[in-house]
This record gives sequence, structure tokens and C-alpha cells, in this order.
Amino acid sequence: MKRRNFVQYAGLGTGAILMPSMLLGNSIPVEMLLEPGMDTVLKKKMADVALNTAKSLGATYADARIGRYLNQYVFTREEKVQNVVNTESFGIGIRVIANGTWGFSSTNDVTEDGIKKATEQAVAIAKANSKIQKEPVVLAPVQSHGEVSWKTPIKKDFKEVPISEKVDLLLSANAAATANGASFVNSALFMVNEQKYFASTDGSYIDQDVHRIWPTFSVTAVDRQAGKFKTREAMSAPMGMGYEYMDGLESEKLSGPEGIKLYRNSYDIVEDATLAAKQAQQKLTAKSVEAGKYDLVLEPNHLGLTIHESVGHPLELDRVLGYEANYAGTSFATLDKWESKNFNYGSDLVNIVADKTQVGSLGAVGYDDEGVKTKKWDLIRNGTLVNYQAIRDQVHMIGQNESHGCCYAQSWEDVQFQRMPNVSLEPGKEKYSLQEMIKDVEKGIYILGRGSYSIDQQRYNFQFGGTLFYEIKNGEIVGMLEDVAYQSNTQEFWNSCAKICDQDDYRMFGSFFDGKGQPSQVSAVSHGSSTTRFNGINVINTGRTI
Amino acid sequence: MAIYTKEEAKKILEKALSFSKADACEINLSGSNSGNIRYARNTVSTAGHQSSQSLVVQSSFGKKVGTATIDEFDDASLEKVVRRAEELANLSPENPEFMQPLGPQTYDESITYVEATANTTPEFRAEVASQSIVPAAAKDVTAAGFLNDGARFSAMINSNGLFAYNKSTNVDFTVTMRTNDGTGSGWVTRDYNDISKFNASEASNTAIDKAVMSKGAQAIEPGKYTVILEPAAASDLLRNMFGSFNARSADEGRNFMSAPDGGNKLGQKIVDERVNIWSDPLHPDVPTSTWNGEGMPLKKTPWIENGVVKNLAYSRYWAEQKGVGPMPFPSNAIMAGGDESLEDMIKGTKKGILVTRFWYIRSVDPQTLLYTGLTRDGTFYIENGQIKFPVKNFRFNESPIIMLNNLESLGKQVRVDGNLIPYMKIRDFTFTSLSDAV
Repeated sequence: MKRRNFVQYAGLGTGAILMPSMLLGNSIPVEMLLEPGMDTVLKKKMADVALNTAKSLGATYADARIGRYLNQYVFTREEKVQNVVNTESFGIGIRVIANGTWGFSSTNDVTEDGIKKATEQAVAIAKANSKIQKEPVVLAPVQSHGEVSWKTPIKKDFKEVPISEKVDLLLSANAAATANGASFVNSALFMVNEQKYFASTDGSYIDQDVHRIWPTFSVTAVDRQAGKFKTREAMSAPMGMGYEYMDGLESEKLSGPEGIKLYRNSYDIVEDATLAAKQAQQKLTAKSVEAGKYDLVLEPNHLGLTIHESVGHPLELDRVLGYEANYAGTSFATLDKWESKNFNYGSDLVNIVADKTQVGSLGAVGYDDEGVKTKKWDLIRNGTLVNYQAIRDQVHMIGQNESHGCCYAQSWEDVQFQRMPNVSLEPGKEKYSLQEMIKDVEKGIYILGRGSYSIDQQRYNFQFGGTLFYEIKNGEIVGMLEDVAYQSNTQEFWNSCAKICDQDDYRMFGSFFDGKGQPSQVSAVSHGSSTTRFNGINVINTGRTI
Repeated sequence: MAIYTKEEAKKILEKALSFSKADACEINLSGSNSGNIRYARNTVSTAGHQSSQSLVVQSSFGKKVGTATIDEFDDASLEKVVRRAEELANLSPENPEFMQPLGPQTYDESITYVEATANTTPEFRAEVASQSIVPAAAKDVTAAGFLNDGARFSAMINSNGLFAYNKSTNVDFTVTMRTNDGTGSGWVTRDYNDISKFNASEASNTAIDKAVMSKGAQAIEPGKYTVILEPAAASDLLRNMFGSFNARSADEGRNFMSAPDGGNKLGQKIVDERVNIWSDPLHPDVPTSTWNGEGMPLKKTPWIENGVVKNLAYSRYWAEQKGVGPMPFPSNAIMAGGDESLEDMIKGTKKGILVTRFWYIRSVDPQTLLYTGLTRDGTFYIENGQIKFPVKNFRFNESPIIMLNNLESLGKQVRVDGNLIPYMKIRDFTFTSLSDAV
């Protein structure tokens, strides 16, 4: 964490929604969001300036990404609008290989002259670094796609929905929370549109229009006399959808125990805020958990993060190979384990897939940021590790000759690298509901929502919290718990996977601001699953007295 | 792009302000150049250069506020961006917490810019990588590192007569050294405003030595141990503690600084009386800008004095609500150290753990400031005044408040991430489980 984050974090009160460290782009008036950007004919011309300049300077490969990133963020607390942010970021990033070495440069000066200068800089960097290069870059072949385009299949473009409608919706959610006993409520809407154009010396010119949305809130209940406060976060998921996610369709709701509402591909923020206020108050007087072994019943809106940390990250090939050793770390899932073809990552029930095509997911695109057509592939099949996540300059190191298509840069300004695709747990094949799962548990805890999460740099030992915890005794929920966190080891944990609900219970969860790399970049990724049971997990009590 | 001088920046800002027709207008101008190199597997991986500039106009009519930005600074562009901000302000809902721009302020002259840092070249960065890679390879160790250097300037002007300018440079370096048998790992972090203070060879060799020393770690039982925290480890936990030095959320009853009676803990003793923490933008080892983003002057300020909370940060809005003066958040943190060397701290320890750094720290309970995380890149068992052997990494669950109440002794200060933090010895630090990670 850098100084700027130190200052930023210092400015946040507990319970406040954590604003991302990067509100990328420049502020613009809202109507500018609707202005068309540079047309593809001009983009192709500008990209060709970069590609031709690179080749003339001796580069053996070059790609150019012209990006226009339009974001809109709305922040409110209680009855107040705190901020409406509209940003636009426009520029070009040029990546080259010269003397077998990568070089990269970016500029917001998208003129022939500006692009030439940036390309020269990229080639100069590559040549300077080639003197200490010991592993020349080997790129997997990629099909030339010619001129193609792809668009997130949205129904409502957030840019066309009036700000007043978004503000009113958040303020209605805040009012519902306050009316139901919340002491404080912060809410926010994050909306992202990436308009990105990719061109490479391999002969592809790819125009893509990508949309994402994340509504969220944090409700706080305070008991001043007891000196206690508790928060309940939103049960929404960040999605690769348009504003239609906010419709709150009844057909996309599921009912859980204790009046709990669960959301699939449509979110009812006012209903969730109402429940949040009531549950935050219940948390103030909930029983403190008795530490010990429990069977855990994990909701998709909780399990998503567990999958992210304990499967998604350890199977990134750049981590496995050591490229991330200085920051995020390496991985316990080493090549020898994969090569053995019998590394038992989890129980036989565990089937985990990587997927860059899943409709509605955060990671869905037509082509990745180095022009590879996206696909779906297995990571874990019947509990055994079968593959990693890899891009063009890595796959040769695992004896493969086709990139998996999961290369991404957060902006034109940053260099693209391997990022996590959507990583999801397949639902159980037998008909099995959440209600049946709870009924079958003798001593357990039903956990919902994102909480505290921490895992070591090789992804063995983790500790996760949650938002809501319900004690299960002899097949029934007997009340709410607090001070719950579970500690486990990745392999032991996935081997304790005992039962998975069926497709009807399947939902996506995700991370809108997943961080990786140096300089750090964010990426958005979804994780789908059905409610899943893990047997005999170590639960600790996190309550302390000061 | 250029790093504009004070005069150049002022000229652009004054021109932009001259177009304003709003009740109030505030304009920020900034730009940066940065370069980086990344290496791993004892070879270079990626490297790049980034350059950007922008001008942000905030116009207001009453409490209706609009903001617009542009990256071109000719007269027509400047007028266009001011008009856009005004149009947006007219369309916006009132922000009841909006504060009018500050009047003229006096700032200390900052000491944050060093020309040599601004002139860093790709060849220099490659040489830094080489100074890690060559000695690592010679000792059967693999280097992975990152160097980032940059220069930036910020300036602001407003319709109430305020003008501020600052330029700064920085260099940040980290390197992880892993032994090729996969059982040892070491790490260092260095950061400066002045790149001439940076010694890549010294830093790399320190990490190599630690990696070799940490080979073949043994497992010992988790539990409560006396720990010696290197400044990088301590700084991560203290940084999290500072998040609660926010008067508003304290007064609202929702952070650690909330007092049960409805107020906050200002004036209360919360940690050992030997704990003194302040901020100082003019400290020669950790200088920062002398003003913040809204033009508030930043001065030397005590935050914890003899264990007592001396200040909480008050935004201008919250200060007005509470009838007190505003207090900006600190731009750095300086914790008083002691005379003891690390060697002496180890010598005086009967049984304990030396921690290089912590990793993946997350909040567990904001009421008690309980955090969890793990040790990483060099954890050692101390017995009878000597380092006996490396130990496997631990997960901890601990609060910086409890930690600073269990203070045994303080060592010398080291710059970490722009802050100045001492080595510290803490008793009864809570480790809750073991990790197999190296």
C-alpha cells in the first residue's frame, strides 16, 4: 500500500463504503458520456501508426490499444447525495517486442506525432532491457481475426438512464434502511463502460464495448450505551450487465430461511436495504460463537470470494511461475502437482471452470486484451487439478500452444497481463435445495455475504469472515451468531466439500476491484456457484475486549 | 509532458479562472511522468513509461456543484471546461455538506522535489534490475523486483484568492529473493524522494541474506509470543489504526475512537505512554506537500502524545458542525523511536519471534481494531538473546491498540512508504495458526 492509500484510508470511517483507490479517468459532464468516441476508421489509422512505427524501429511484434473508458459513480449517505462522478479516460497504450523483450508506453496524446513518440519510447525501453533478458519472449500463435466487434448484451445502457433516477433509487434504499432502524447507511452505484479498440501486427482489429455495474451499500446499527456497532453489507453482486440489473425482478429472487432474500440476475436494492437494517440490529445482540469444528453452509454471495482467493489466484500461471513473487506471491499449486495428473485439489464433487464467455459475468468479453478469442476451460475436474490460466507469452511453459484468452489491462494507460477469468464451481448434478442442505446439517453455520478475508502468499492458509452467520442445530436454524471466522488450508478445505446444491440455486458473485501486478491494476471477475457444504471446518471466535 | 514550474502553472490557472461566471470556482492542475521496471525469474519481465496531465474545474452556485476536466490547456479549451463545470453545477442536486472554497493561505516551502529523480532513465532502471539479478544468481537465489520512479506537480487556484503549488519526486523499490530450493524467502522495501539515496546493491543483498537465512524453516506452536517487528511490519498495522482517527465516524459511534458516552476518545490514553506519533510535511527524511487537495495547509501535528490521543481529523464540514477548527488528515506518520539497535533488541529477548513483514492484513472487527494477516519473507525464532532458527509463517489475529499497550521497547526509525517507523518489541502478540507458505 502506498502513501496515497494511507492518506485515503485514513479518511474513511468504519462502515463507510471503501472507495476504490483508482477512480480512473477525468471528470466530465454526464451528457458527454453519450457522445460517440473516435470512429473505427480513424482508430484503425491511429493504431496502424503505432504498428508501422514499431516495425520500422525493429520490433518483431506490436499491439496498440486505443481505449475510451467511461465511468459513472453515484455516492449517497442517508438522505444526502455525496457525489456524482462522471469520468472519461482516452488514450493509447503500445506494447512491443524488440530483441525478444517487452516494452510498453502509453499516452493521452492520440495524434500521429504523439503515437510515434510513445512507440519510440516503448521500443527504447525494450532495447534497454534486452541487455539483461535471459528468457526471450515466446508468443503462442493467434488467429488473425480481421476487423471484428463485440458488445456486452445489455438491455439498458446506464448512460441513457437519468442521474435523477439513479439518485432516487439509492435514496429510496437509504430511506428504507433508516425507516427500519439503521443508524447510518452509505450506498453507491458503480457503472463502467470500456470502449476498447485492439490492433496487432498479427492482423486483428477488434472493437469492443464492455459494460459492468455494481450497486452496493453498507448499513450500520449503533448501540451507543453498549459501545457497539455492527454493519451489514449489500447482498448484491457486481455484474457484467446494463442498468437492467436494478429492475428487482421477482422471477430472479430466491427465498432463504429467516426471511432472507437472495438475488440472481436482478437486484432489489430497496428490499435488501430494508432487510439489512433489521439484520444489522439483530447482529448487535447475536450470540458470540463458540470456537470449534462446524459444518459450513456457504452461500454463493460468500463462497464467491473463497473461490476467488483459494482457487482463482493460486491457478494463475504467472503466480505459479514466479512472475508475481514480489507482490501477490507465488502458488502452492506448482507445476509438478499439475504434471502428476492426480493432484487432489478437492473432493470428487469439485468441478471448477474458467470462463471468459459466461453471459452476465464481469469477465465476459469477445476477445482478450491481446486479441485472443475467449473461451471456457476446466481448471479442476472431479477434484483433480487439470489446468491453469495462461496467456500468449506463458502457455509454451506448460507445453500448450494456445493462449487461454485471459489477458487484460485496466486501461489504455497500463500494460496488459494475465488476469483471472471468471472462475466458478459447477452446481451439483442431483436435485438438492438450500432448505434440504440445512436440514441435513447437525452442527453447522450458514454464512452469507462478503466479510474479512485473508490468505497467505502461496494460498495455503486462509481466514474468512462473512456478513451474516446463522447457527444450525439438528437441521434447523436456531439463531444468529457473531464473531465468526473460519481458518483452513486450501486443499483440506476443498476436500471437505460434501454437497453442492443444484443448478436452480446457482448465482454469480464477484469482485469489481480485484488488485494484482506492479504497478497495481484492478480487474473485475465473477464467481458462480450454488450453496455448498463443507464438513468439519475450524471456526474461531474473533471477539475481543479492550 | 513537462513538469510545469510555479509560474507556468499559475498562468494557466489564472487564465482558466478568468472565464468563471459561477458563485465560486476552484481549479486544480496536475501532471506526472513515471517509469518502471519489473523483473522476476532473474530476468526482466515488463517495463513501461506513463505520462498524463489534467485540469479539474469545480464550479458552484450556492451548494450546487459541478466538476469537469480537460487535458488540453489552450484558451478555447480552458473556457470550454469552465462552461461545462458551470452547466453541470446548474443541473446538480444541492450538496448540503458543500463548503465554500478557502481564502488565501500561507504554506511552508516543501522539500519534495529532487531533479536527479526526475531524470531517471530506462538504462538506470535496467541497471537496478541487474544489481538484484547478478548477486542473486551467484547465491542460488531468484530475484523478483519492481522499481517505480516519477515526478509530478500539483497546483490549485480558487475564486477566493487561494493559490498553491507543489512538485515532488519519488522512487519506490521492492525486491523479493527466493532460494532456488523454494524453502527460503527474503524481502526489502525502500522509498525516497531523492534517488541518489537509493542503493540497489545494498537493498538486494539484504534480501538475499534474509532468503538464505530463512531456508528450512521449522514449525513451532502458534500462541502468544514476544515479537520484534521490523518497521515494515509495524507500519502496516499502524496504518490500519490511523483509519480510525476520523472525528466524524468517532462521533457517530462507529469506529474505535467512539467513546461510550456519545463523544470520542480525544484526550484519552489509549496506548503505552512511550508511544508518540506525529505528522510533519517538512521532516527531511519523509517530506510531503505542505497543503492538501482542498488547499488546507499541512503543519507538524501531534496525533498520539505519551499514549494520549491529541488530535483527530476533522473535515471542514464536520469541524463547522462541532464548532471546532478543521484538522486535515496527516500526509505522513512519524513514530518516535529509541536508542536500541536491532542486535540489542534481540540480545535482550529470552524467547521471541523476529518478523520481517506482514501480509494480507484485513480488518476482522472494527470495534476493537482486530486485524488478521500473516508473517512473510523472513520469520525467525529468538532464544536467550540469539536468533536460533527460521520458523514457518504464522497467521496473527491482533489489534494495534493491544499491541501498543504491550510495548516492551523501541528501536531506531526507518523510512517505510513515506512514513518513519521504529523497530518495536511487543509482548504477547497473538499468532493463531501456522502457514506452509514460503
